[in-house]
Amino acid sequence: MSQPVQTFTPEAFHRQAHDALGNPQIRANFRKAMDGLMDKRRQAFEEWDLEALRTLGASVRLRALSRLPDLLEQLEAKCEANGIRVHWAEDSEEACRIVTGICQENGAQSVIKGKSMVSEEMHLNAHLAEAGIDALESDLGEYLVQLNEQTPSHIIMPAIHLNTDEISTIMHEHTGTAPTRDVDVMTAAARAQLRERFMAADVGVSGVNFAVAETGTLCLVENEGNGRMTTTVPPVHIAVTGIEKVVENLSDVPPLYALLTRSATGQHVTTYFNMITSPRKEGERDGPREVHLVLVDNGRSRIYQDDELLDTLRCIRCGACMNHCPVYTRVGGHTYGTTYPGPIGAILMPHLMGLEATKDLPTASSLCGACGEVCPVKIPIPDLLVRLRRESVGEGRGNVPGAGVKRSTKEVAAWKSWQWLATHPTAWRGASIVAGKLRGLAPSHLGPWTECRVAPKPAKASLHTLIKQRTKHKELRQGQQEGES
Amino acid sequence: MTARDRILGRLRKGREERMQRDGGRGIVIPEADASVIGDRGWSRQERLQRFERWLTSVHGEVIHCETDDWTETLCRILKQKGIKRLALGHEQEVARQARQALEGKMDIALVDAARDVESWQQELFSQVDAGLTSTGGAIAETGSLWLWPTVDEPRLLSLVPPIHIAILDAEAIEDTFHDVMVSHEWAGSMPTNALLVSGPSKTADIEQTLAYGVHGPRELVVILRH
Amino acid sequence: MTATRHYPSRPEKVYLFGTCLIDMFFPEAGMDAVRLLEKQGIEVLFPEDQTCCGQPAYTSGYHDEARAVARAQLDLFPEPWPIVVPSGSCGGMMRLHYAQLFAGCPEERKAQEVASRVFELTEFLVHVCHIELEDRGAPERIAMHTSCSARREMGLADTGPALLARLGQVELVEQERAAECCGFGGTFAVRHPEVSAAMVEDKGRALEEAGAQHFVTSDCGCLMNIAGHLAHRDSALQGEHIASYLWRRCS
Repeated sequence: MSQPVQTFTPEAFHRQAHDALGNPQIRANFRKAMDGLMDKRRQAFEEWDLEALRTLGASVRLRALSRLPDLLEQLEAKCEANGIRVHWAEDSEEACRIVTGICQENGAQSVIKGKSMVSEEMHLNAHLAEAGIDALESDLGEYLVQLNEQTPSHIIMPAIHLNTDEISTIMHEHTGTAPTRDVDVMTAAARAQLRERFMAADVGVSGVNFAVAETGTLCLVENEGNGRMTTTVPPVHIAVTGIEKVVENLSDVPPLYALLTRSATGQHVTTYFNMITSPRKEGERDGPREVHLVLVDNGRSRIYQDDELLDTLRCIRCGACMNHCPVYTRVGGHTYGTTYPGPIGAILMPHLMGLEATKDLPTASSLCGACGEVCPVKIPIPDLLVRLRRESVGEGRGNVPGAGVKRSTKEVAAWKSWQWLATHPTAWRGASIVAGKLRGLAPSHLGPWTECRVAPKPAKASLHTLIKQRTKHKELRQGQQEGES
Repeated sequence: MTARDRILGRLRKGREERMQRDGGRGIVIPEADASVIGDRGWSRQERLQRFERWLTSVHGEVIHCETDDWTETLCRILKQKGIKRLALGHEQEVARQARQALEGKMDIALVDAARDVESWQQELFSQVDAGLTSTGGAIAETGSLWLWPTVDEPRLLSLVPPIHIAILDAEAIEDTFHDVMVSHEWAGSMPTNALLVSGPSKTADIEQTLAYGVHGPRELVVILRH
Repeated sequence: MTATRHYPSRPEKVYLFGTCLIDMFFPEAGMDAVRLLEKQGIEVLFPEDQTCCGQPAYTSGYHDEARAVARAQLDLFPEPWPIVVPSGSCGGMMRLHYAQLFAGCPEERKAQEVASRVFELTEFLVHVCHIELEDRGAPERIAMHTSCSARREMGLADTGPALLARLGQVELVEQERAAECCGFGGTFAVRHPEVSAAMVEDKGRALEEAGAQHFVTSDCGCLMNIAGHLAHRDSALQGEHIASYLWRRCS
């Protein structure tokens, strides 16, 4: 019952979407989960002035971005002063080398991981495996996905594509847990399996939700406690994060935290908010002796160059845009074939992977605006999707790798013809008269449109014609009336 | 040139060019009203109610008692929950009083938590029934405790044992996270690790069904002293 | 989304921007909009040279082409009358995106000025006309699909339902996930036909299950999509533009 191992790529979006749409289990799992998440989010903000809070969130993030290079330097200085060692990585490859290097310096065989989307973006686990280092995910959802040799299908709830029966099968097949539908039993089994691994781990790798420049503090948001375990039990902790995650002050954290948990899962708060400011100090009883922070660029500083695309970097990774996306809800996270799926993936991944690979993602939206409406930091996601469509067809500023990949002579010619017609009113009116006359000949099959819809038929007379007739009629009547009087 | 120089260089270049483009305006930051995150002005009663409502809504237990005889409440809880081995510090006031009340009186082993974890990790992970900690205070708005683990009450004491018993004074509950940060001047004095704890460890990773104690405690009991 | 708007008092005249879909496929909806406005004592001016707002090219990323077409519309509304658009989608394009499209162009100010006079039809009937409707039809249960552009871009989730509520004999029934997109999305339906189909199937089912005898929308893109789908599977449920429905009930 567990799904066969399958590799998803953004290039195969259409095929993957076709498969997902035809899979009733996937459809049902996502629909149920997204309905629940939307409902919970709505309830979680009921007591709040949401508009004011979102504006505050946006302003905190934009203030941080406006000072980004200075704040990164301040963060680095503060962290170093606190004993946290800071590393900089241009891309995934370099970030993986840094993490692997720290592991090797410490003679590490075994790494335990807390949930980190940046480490997914880096494909860190594969890189560590090549170096002979075993990396185990400890977030329950990530653990299940890893056991099943898959990738997360959602940035907050990695195993949301799986239902209870599928998970039971996975745990049975990979860990020998007796098949059960009892979630408490499965959770307890995972607890026991992972505790051993926490104790044995040489290094813990985590992500970061907010990095505070003012104090050099790394904030981690979680419910399970695996993040605290990862950052406390092993002797070495490596935190990896994108360079955009920095905020200026500690007081910037409460609004973002309030927005994050409510937007993500509709929780008013998560179980743990874990703030790490230094490694274990002299005399302290637990905690890692070494803490490292790896700041990963991976395309972000290029995004930063562009006034409009820059808004992509506001994101706090809550996943609300995917929870509310009618496309994501139907095709699921794997269909996107990218680390970050859904609307945020569609506006972020083209920068990370280039438009050649991801050209179908910015168009995979009806621009319904649900993502922008719920974004806790007010990222204008639909506008950014349109911008990336421009880049794809070569009418943007060329600031995205692979810009122009979708430009085709045929399509340009089609739009140019449309432009000509729509800027020549007489021809336009003539065309609609002809269309109305020939409506009997209008095709009843219009490619995929008519797979599930009837073909629209041009009206006998266009609005232009009807209004003209009516005006004439009126004038005639008025003339008659005047003649009579 | 290091990666650091190149990254910072690109960011600075981006920022400078932006300034040139828009006449020095830079990124436009919307005006925001920070009071949305603070300024609650709740009464003591409201604070208590909110704290309890939110914490119990996420499966936390709140048990009220008089400050003077809180250790009796502790004894009752230990008995009720069948706790045989309790880990705790010894210098912290809460730990001192608990030890005084418990030592030799009940059939409960008091496990010293103020030890280097390396010397008792296996014991901590598999042989302790509950951890007792003090708290710095709490947040009414979210039903959260805030903890700054210390040498006497290390980080894992509130995480590894299956039950976490936390002692909280009613007057230490403040309205919001923001209020706590400001009134205790966190920005100038962040410890190695600061924590908000709101309920027991939980997951909903198996088909959205809540399950407790996935990695941390499956129970959080707050003894609220008045 | 949109900040609360300041509405003018009822004008003597308005311009109607009919939209290309109405022009070609649903002209009666446009005529009914004219009739509704005229019944309010407002003279409706229909600039003959209007074609399309430019949105199809805009959302497809062809902004040069979109701008050329939009530019051709800017001179059609010389008098300071409001411009009424019987579509949230085209209305949203003109009201919100013209400024972006013409940013830095010589026409920027004119585009902003035109945009400031754009009103979606139901918005105009509710907030400017304060329309009163005398329902002459038989009792009926009706469902409404508000387009995503009207709902989210223009912030007009309530104006369509508010008009239906003024019809004494009509009961508005709420379908499941009313705020969800029907899957049209312009070229989205062509570029991602299977996903779009899955969306319209769900929307059609939700409307049917709501127990409505009829459904209305304020956007002909959604209408073409949803009604086209329902007709394809021979559903008894039929839809029309809200302007036609209102006119039919009140005349």
